[in-house]
Amino acid sequence: MKILVCAKRVIDYNVKVQINREGDGVVTDGVKMSINPFDEIAIEEALRIRDRGEADEVVVASIGPGSAQQQLRTALAMGADRAILIETDAAIQPLGAARIFMQLVETEQPGLVLMGKQAIDDDSNQTGQMLAALWHKPQATFVSKLELADGKATATREVDAGLETIEVDLPAVVTTDLRLNEPRFVKMPDIMKAKRKPLETTALAELDVDLGPQLAVANYSPPPQRQAGVMVESVDELVAALRDKGVI
Amino acid sequence: MTDRDVMQYDVVIVGAGPAGLACAIRLRQRNADLSVCVLEKASEVGQHSLSGAVIEPGPLEALLPDWLDNPPEICVPAGRDRFEFLTAKRSIRMPTPPQMHNNGNYVISLGGLCRRLAERAEALEVDVFAGFAADDALFDDDGKVIGVRTGDMGIERDGSPGPNYAAGVDIHARHTILAEGCRGSISKRLIAHYGLDQDRSPQTYGIGFKELWQLPEGRAEAGLIKHTIGWPLPRDVYGGSFLYHLDQDRVYVGFVCGLDYPDPLFSPFEAFQQYKHHPSVHALLEGGEIISAGTRALIEGGLQSLPRLEMPGAMLIGDAAGTLNVPKIKGVHMAIRCGSDAADFIADNDTSAGFDAYFRANAGGRELRKVRNIRPGFKAGLWAGLANAALETVAFGKTPWTLDNHADWSSLDKLDERDDNGPEKVARDLPPRDRLASVYHAAIHHEENQPVHLKVRDTSICATRCAVEYDNPCTRFCPAGVYEMVDDGEGGKRLQINAANCLHCKVCDIKDPYEIIDWVTPEGGSGPNYQNL
Amino acid sequence: MAEVLLVAEHAGGKLNPSTAKSVTCAAAIGTVTVAVFTDSDDGVASAAAQLDGVSKVLLVESAQNAQALAAVLAPQVVALASNYTHVLAPSTTFGKDLLPRVAARLGVPQVSDIMTVKSERQFGRPIYAGNVLVEVTVPDDVTVVGTVRTASFSAAATGDTAAIEKTSVDADIPDHTRYVGLESHGGERPDLQSANRVVSGGRGVGSAENFALIYNLADKLGAAAGASRAAVDAGFVPNDMQVGQTGKIIAPDLYIAIGISGAIQHITGIKDAGTIVAINKDADAPIFAVADIGLAGDLFEIVPQLEQALDS
Ligand SMILES: Cc1cc2nc3c(=O)[nH]c(=O)nc-3n(C[C@H](O)[C@H](O)[C@H](O)COP(=O)(O)OP(=O)(O)OC[C@H]3O[C@@H](n4cnc5c(N)ncnc54)[C@H](O)[C@@H]3O)c2cc1C
Ligand SMILES: Cc1cc2nc3c(=O)[nH]c(=O)nc-3n(C[C@H](O)[C@H](O)[C@H](O)COP(=O)(O)OP(=O)(O)OC[C@H]3O[C@@H](n4cnc5c(N)ncnc54)[C@H](O)[C@@H]3O)c2cc1C
Repeated sequence: MKILVCAKRVIDYNVKVQINREGDGVVTDGVKMSINPFDEIAIEEALRIRDRGEADEVVVASIGPGSAQQQLRTALAMGADRAILIETDAAIQPLGAARIFMQLVETEQPGLVLMGKQAIDDDSNQTGQMLAALWHKPQATFVSKLELADGKATATREVDAGLETIEVDLPAVVTTDLRLNEPRFVKMPDIMKAKRKPLETTALAELDVDLGPQLAVANYSPPPQRQAGVMVESVDELVAALRDKGVI
Repeated sequence: MTDRDVMQYDVVIVGAGPAGLACAIRLRQRNADLSVCVLEKASEVGQHSLSGAVIEPGPLEALLPDWLDNPPEICVPAGRDRFEFLTAKRSIRMPTPPQMHNNGNYVISLGGLCRRLAERAEALEVDVFAGFAADDALFDDDGKVIGVRTGDMGIERDGSPGPNYAAGVDIHARHTILAEGCRGSISKRLIAHYGLDQDRSPQTYGIGFKELWQLPEGRAEAGLIKHTIGWPLPRDVYGGSFLYHLDQDRVYVGFVCGLDYPDPLFSPFEAFQQYKHHPSVHALLEGGEIISAGTRALIEGGLQSLPRLEMPGAMLIGDAAGTLNVPKIKGVHMAIRCGSDAADFIADNDTSAGFDAYFRANAGGRELRKVRNIRPGFKAGLWAGLANAALETVAFGKTPWTLDNHADWSSLDKLDERDDNGPEKVARDLPPRDRLASVYHAAIHHEENQPVHLKVRDTSICATRCAVEYDNPCTRFCPAGVYEMVDDGEGGKRLQINAANCLHCKVCDIKDPYEIIDWVTPEGGSGPNYQNL
Repeated sequence: MAEVLLVAEHAGGKLNPSTAKSVTCAAAIGTVTVAVFTDSDDGVASAAAQLDGVSKVLLVESAQNAQALAAVLAPQVVALASNYTHVLAPSTTFGKDLLPRVAARLGVPQVSDIMTVKSERQFGRPIYAGNVLVEVTVPDDVTVVGTVRTASFSAAATGDTAAIEKTSVDADIPDHTRYVGLESHGGERPDLQSANRVVSGGRGVGSAENFALIYNLADKLGAAAGASRAAVDAGFVPNDMQVGQTGKIIAPDLYIAIGISGAIQHITGIKDAGTIVAINKDADAPIFAVADIGLAGDLFEIVPQLEQALDS
């Protein structure tokens, strides 16, 4: 079985994002970029599945600028067998991404697609579900535990009410949550090996994908700052104020 | 423990700063058969880099004549120079000292420059490994350095290997080049091990703060370079501010003070924040926003403290040795020059032996000689220092004497020896509110479960002797609130080390009055993520 | 006029509170129809019908709808969608799972986490973990599909009685996805990550033993218990209780910070909380600059009093 993992290059989660002066995007100059952390977990999971002998190849794909090769090299250094970059400088929205990955699914024919539950830049939380829909295959989202057997996957999902378990037939799309695993450290010799692993780059234009209707995104602004409220003088006043606000 | 992987290179360079990267580039330019790798503890090249930085482009141009075709993210030609003496309310214009003229120089972000240099090095097939700290040097039986070991990853707080444990690797190389910058942790050990600083003045250091601000439209004058001395520093502290205007209404604002300050109650961080509230600076910054902020120690000993740059199998280059030109506060061009020199020397001689003399006789050594007496002159206070500086400058450093330096750890007065608390503090309203808020702008990250990388050899004196003698100066000289004295639950105090706050500035390793703090490398990739500093 | 189809979230015969909040958002856009997918009419439809602003409830009863599985529900929602200009669901794990599957089938983009409604097709939403807000506009000729960030809307009041219409849908329902079970959050105290109320203690609490004060107050309020990093580092509590930049980022309706100074790294973890209450003996502590209600004083006196006052 082949596993396809989708991974996005995003601004590193430690970076305090800054809105640009035009208000139509965020500053990326000199800003650290990384693999979307949820996707890194997806890569790790794919590698663990392969290393258990339940899959034989892990292919990591990304849609993004040429510089995303850096993140794909990291994925290869973690242990992925092969990488594919669909190169574009445009910001691809989830529907477009799902359609592009659908094309890859058709050529690669994976038995399982893994990706993060959301990318930490636009926080959409859509691509995996959309891909599953286009592919007419099951989805297991927010997964914190995954077991494969007999052409089926048993997935534990982190839902608001607790941990839900579902069983899906493979092939399927699984999106990962934080607690699924802790990604390995990349080792130096593996970075050297990764330099020789195949990384195939295809220009998006060559794929002939209809990205679908686009959302117009504008007016980037900072969230309103929290303001100091009232100071109360006693416990009784505190309780009254809480009751007033309807929070107790 | 697991078997360690061993990797073999002709040259291993520790530190992807300007010195290390220049050395790597020059090595491959000179001899494309040499295999070269560079280790950098930051998660990406440039993320730990912090400098002024107005650079003299000469050595960079010599190395990469086309460097301006793909400049660092911030690269603004130097414009007007201003030099001012501050009092609490006023700024008095002074003639710009000759070393501080910046015609033909550039204001750059060091992080950006290092990223560009790393790209060039990689294009020359240098293996640049970011996210890997060199933990210690490796020796052969004859006591010669044969490489370095990188730090283990995934160690738990108690020192045991965690579930993701990955052993560090041994990198063996014919030449090991220490380019760790100011107060490098391996460099420090090797200098002591080989006695490289014998017969030299003690090394001296400074602490440098820097913030990148985005100002409201129309405030910045791109290229304007301003330095001040005076307020808010007490007379017995050597230092001052820098303020560099960039494009797009951005400015670099920073502050440097000598770590030989005597007052244990002095807080360098507070001095910087005070400076920002000088009427002339406050008006500029008000309404702006901090994009990034950080702190780094500077090496200020100059020629008389420069250790021997060679040892068997290894060399020290750049600020790991201390090549910074102090009166100019410029070390980038010197680091590049020293790195290039080391590469030339290896390419020509295939040994470290003789490099020390080679560097000293070269342009870099000559530049250091000229300015050697300016900084020590300030030991006698600001005005004496300025007078001495003028004399040394007029004489082109040809004065017949060389002034001594003093070790910074030994410069603190005891509490009972002091009565002067320096200028009165002004109320502050500009960000950051405190050190923790400042650290927030460093986008810092350390896996919190790793062992503490600030090794305090004896914490028992913290609550006893140190509290009495100096009132725990670590709680003030650390710019990140790493050190706190907290209740020990038994009515006393104990030292709390917030290692995850650490900016890797190394000031604690330098200034602690009992010399018992050792800064060692945390897990690779940890630390600040400076954005264009 | 916009016609909004809102997919109700429910379980165990109860309408999830997120539905009432989403109704408020939907009503700001147009006429609201709530769709209830269930295997038996257990009162959820009538609960939805009582929400102010709902004009109709569609009840889709089918054995397959016993559990809320996205793969099963999506084709049914798609089948209903043709009569509506908008399809919404709460931005809970339920809605996040379901709606993108619907949008992809409809061939339209989705707006996630709607915070504000600027017009029928224009919405405010957060990106970068809420550190940036943007305005997104859906093109004119397509169905608007979106999830509603429930913390941004108050629950619709009850009192209305909208019509309940039973309907069946003609959809191809796959059998590749099967529900196995649900393990609810165990323990006496709610889960810190998802709790509606959280009581946190800081270094000011002083010791592991003293943290009993925090736990008792939390239990009284049915709240989860949290802590600052300083409290964790001092060994008062385990590190999975840490709230903040390197701990948990939470957004409860009520957050009570006790003996916590309010360092920015802590505040980062609670900036989206509904009401923040601070109890600290230092009236200048930074926490008071972000607290909605502040009480300066000794926590060892205040917290026991507060517990008592809550009883009465
Ligand atoms: C506040 C301030 C202002 C300054 N202003 C100017 C100015 O205006 N102009 C100017 O020319 N110079 C200026 N300097 C000085 C200049 O920044 C330094 O001289 C120069 O950066 C030295 O270069 P370097 O390569 O030797 O060391 P660094 O730039 O310090 O680089 C060392 C690198 O090694 C890495 N490293 C260290 N130890 C290890 C290890 N064990 N393993 C792996 N990696 C490691 C570090 O992370 C770092 O990236 C200033 C310095 C400061 C602090
Ligand atoms: C990279 C980084 C990441 C960090 N991540 C986190 C994080 O995830 N979460 C986090 O919390 N912090 C984090 N911190 C640490 C943070 O900066 C603060 O140090 C920490 O939050 C302080 O905890 P505290 O408020 O409990 O302690 P303190 O700052 O010591 O505050 C204790 C407070 O208790 C009050 N107090 C004392 N006694 C009493 C009494 N009897 N009655 C009432 N009040 C009393 C005091 O007035 C004081 O305000 C991080 C820091 C860094 C640099």
